[in-house]
Amino acid sequence: MSDPILTVSGLGKRFGGFVALADIELQVERGERLGLIGPNGSGKSTLVNCLCGTLRNETGSVAFDGRKLDGLPAYRRIRLGMARSFQLPRPFASLTLAENLRVPILYATGGQGRGMAVERRCESLLEMVSLAEKAQKLPGDLTQIEMRKLELARAMASEPRLLIADEAMAGLSPGEVDDILALLIRLNEQGVTIIMIEHIMRAVLAFSQRLVVLVAGRKIADGDPQDVVRQPDVVEAYLGS
Amino acid sequence: MDFPVDLLVNALVSGLLLGGFYAAVTIGVSISFGMLDIVNIAHPAFIILGSYIAYIANSVLGLDPILASILVLPGFYLLGMAIYHIYDVSFERRGDTSIRGLAFFFGLLFIAEVTLVLVFGVDYRLVEARYLGTTLHFGFIDLPMRLVVPFLVSIIMLVGLQLFMARTFIGRAIQAVAQDPLALRLMAANPSQIKRIAFGMSIATASIAGAILIIIQPVEPSIGREYIGRVFAICVMGGLGSFPGMLAAAVLLGVVESITSTFYGPSWSPAVAFGFLLLTLAVRPSGIFGRA
Amino acid sequence: MRNWTFVSVLIVVAFATFFGTRLVGNSYAFFAGYVVLQYIVLATAWNILGGYTGYVNFGTAAFFALGAYSTVVLHKTVPELPLPLMIAVGGIVSGAVGIGTGYLTLRLRGTFFSIATLAMAVVMQTLVTNWSFVGGARGVYVIRPDESPIFDGDYIEYLFLVMLALSVIAVAVARAIEHSRLGYGFAAIRDDELAAEASGVPTLRLKLIATALSGGFMGMAGAPLPYYVTYLDPSSGFSLTYAVNTIAMPLIGGTSMWLGPVLGAVLLGTLQQAATVTISSALSLLIVGVLLVVFVIAAPKGIIGWFRR
Repeated sequence: MSDPILTVSGLGKRFGGFVALADIELQVERGERLGLIGPNGSGKSTLVNCLCGTLRNETGSVAFDGRKLDGLPAYRRIRLGMARSFQLPRPFASLTLAENLRVPILYATGGQGRGMAVERRCESLLEMVSLAEKAQKLPGDLTQIEMRKLELARAMASEPRLLIADEAMAGLSPGEVDDILALLIRLNEQGVTIIMIEHIMRAVLAFSQRLVVLVAGRKIADGDPQDVVRQPDVVEAYLGS
Repeated sequence: MDFPVDLLVNALVSGLLLGGFYAAVTIGVSISFGMLDIVNIAHPAFIILGSYIAYIANSVLGLDPILASILVLPGFYLLGMAIYHIYDVSFERRGDTSIRGLAFFFGLLFIAEVTLVLVFGVDYRLVEARYLGTTLHFGFIDLPMRLVVPFLVSIIMLVGLQLFMARTFIGRAIQAVAQDPLALRLMAANPSQIKRIAFGMSIATASIAGAILIIIQPVEPSIGREYIGRVFAICVMGGLGSFPGMLAAAVLLGVVESITSTFYGPSWSPAVAFGFLLLTLAVRPSGIFGRA
Repeated sequence: MRNWTFVSVLIVVAFATFFGTRLVGNSYAFFAGYVVLQYIVLATAWNILGGYTGYVNFGTAAFFALGAYSTVVLHKTVPELPLPLMIAVGGIVSGAVGIGTGYLTLRLRGTFFSIATLAMAVVMQTLVTNWSFVGGARGVYVIRPDESPIFDGDYIEYLFLVMLALSVIAVAVARAIEHSRLGYGFAAIRDDELAAEASGVPTLRLKLIATALSGGFMGMAGAPLPYYVTYLDPSSGFSLTYAVNTIAMPLIGGTSMWLGPVLGAVLLGTLQQAATVTISSALSLLIVGVLLVVFVIAAPKGIIGWFRR
């Protein structure tokens, strides 16, 4: 039984009087493909933000690779090997695609990155998401799905061991969903642990080895995807009462 | 030892009255910065403009300055709407509010000050009105009318605006646009239009604030700069978007400035506001009185 | 063009400028040129924090005057100190104050930082006005030496040369930053600070570096001022003119690269020098203000933007 790459214990987050997350317990194994689902407003993005350090959780703790992350700022967590893509893509608008990837390569990976090595890495990352011909273009020239791919490429540029993909497929056509799905599976085959947050059920079920359900800030299910989707409280959360 | 109690009490009282006035000066920025998230650092320039208009009305036409400011209120309102329109089209819609938006208002501030210097020169200007020379006395407490009248006008303006914000549709729409523009759209109100109205109102308050400013003290073009710090210090200390918090912060600032001025000399008072501002930003950015 | 090649070209241009100005034969050329060079440094310094990193500093006057007044203090205590050393001290003091202010305010939103810089300028002015050692409100007289210490000429030519050297250094540093690791970090912060942090950029640390560099250069630009004006008082040292010009020049020239502030400084600086003699200084300031507003509305990419299409 290998030790988990991510351990979340008793995590809680409030905004004033509103409880966004309560008592979240979660373990993610190395190389696992975890799906995270839940209705809108259930706290999924808040959880991602707390894991990555963008928000501070008031209670509980997060441990990555056996190391406690409490109080560590976001940029340090990235350097430890945790990366995330944003739900709404947040590219660096004045930089070209290649330069967008430069930033995490220069700052999140160990190497100083001089000249040719960095260029080559940018190229290969862009090739991985089929954006190589647009390397010198600005993010403003991209389509929605291309922005999503850039977002994922940028997350991958930091050479993470854990990638959290936050609704990377929202609003895409079925063919485009398949593209992203294939990309994520390929990444996982290269050894990256992936947490996929999604609403598109067929993608989640096709991808996940394990499924976690969040409703109103609490975890209500955690297990085999086929079992979880048949749980009465999960069905009720999605179909309403 | 003979501790100057009467000096202290009078400093407190003047500070209180001054604080009320500071609230009137700040209410415009409370709307534009606190609710619309527009950093209008040129607001003091509009106030000084109001002061000079009151001065002209007073010296040329013999009008009471406060009356004059009410008469030009619509003009200021329209000016505010026009400026918001330019700001909206040039910056907000382009998503470039930070550097260029700030530079825009800074440029306006500067243009206003230099134009006033060119037109009026750097001499101090003041107004005359019958009630200004009198002072009420209660025991050893002095209440100079030049502080009392502005205080009363400020309170009336504040209460009026607070009621407007809470009771009218437009007022509540303004509060809503700060929190949730999308919901506002769903309620069939146009956020751009609401913001334009709000900004117009914000500049309109400058008209009245300018008139009471020149009642309290003589005015010259560069005075606006002292007020930038006071205004934003009060906004930040009071917590953005909270009128009662703003009033409390304004009074606190007025009292501290008044006491500093009485006991240490007036040359230190500009630093008080700014010192407060830096401290608040460093220690508790959500404001001393604001919601956490 | 590699950095060292660029610096060499700059040095050649600088020498050419110096000897060209000597040929003019009128010492006024040095006086006017000094001001333009001073603004090249100020505008370039501002742009490192403003254009590159996205944080607007309204308090130029504070850093600039801090440099000037540190020279006053040194002049009164150790007048034999060579000017370049005084400049270095001015730069260090300003840079330190920059880091201090930055540490207090850079963890907040950019707009709060900008307001805080305004606040700091006024606090600093009040402190200096109440400090009698440097003359307080009455100001202080500084005697300008007659002759240049290192070559045969007037002291004003020496001041010109010093400011020329400072400009070369400032522009070289700005350009070196542009495509360096530091520069990409700055740009990421400017474009999307949250995403930058999520990409591993230590945003607070980089912002402090930018503030230190920017403030430091502004202080160095101000350090020779007492010898230039020979009479310094707080209202002229902390004049709003410096703040407006320093912001207007990069915004009009273009904020994306080193050339913008230089263009803006040369154009606006020369314009103002000409206008001050012909119309009036107040009117020329008004023109700067109007140009700033017009450019910010109509030409957001500045003059450089016209040519980049």
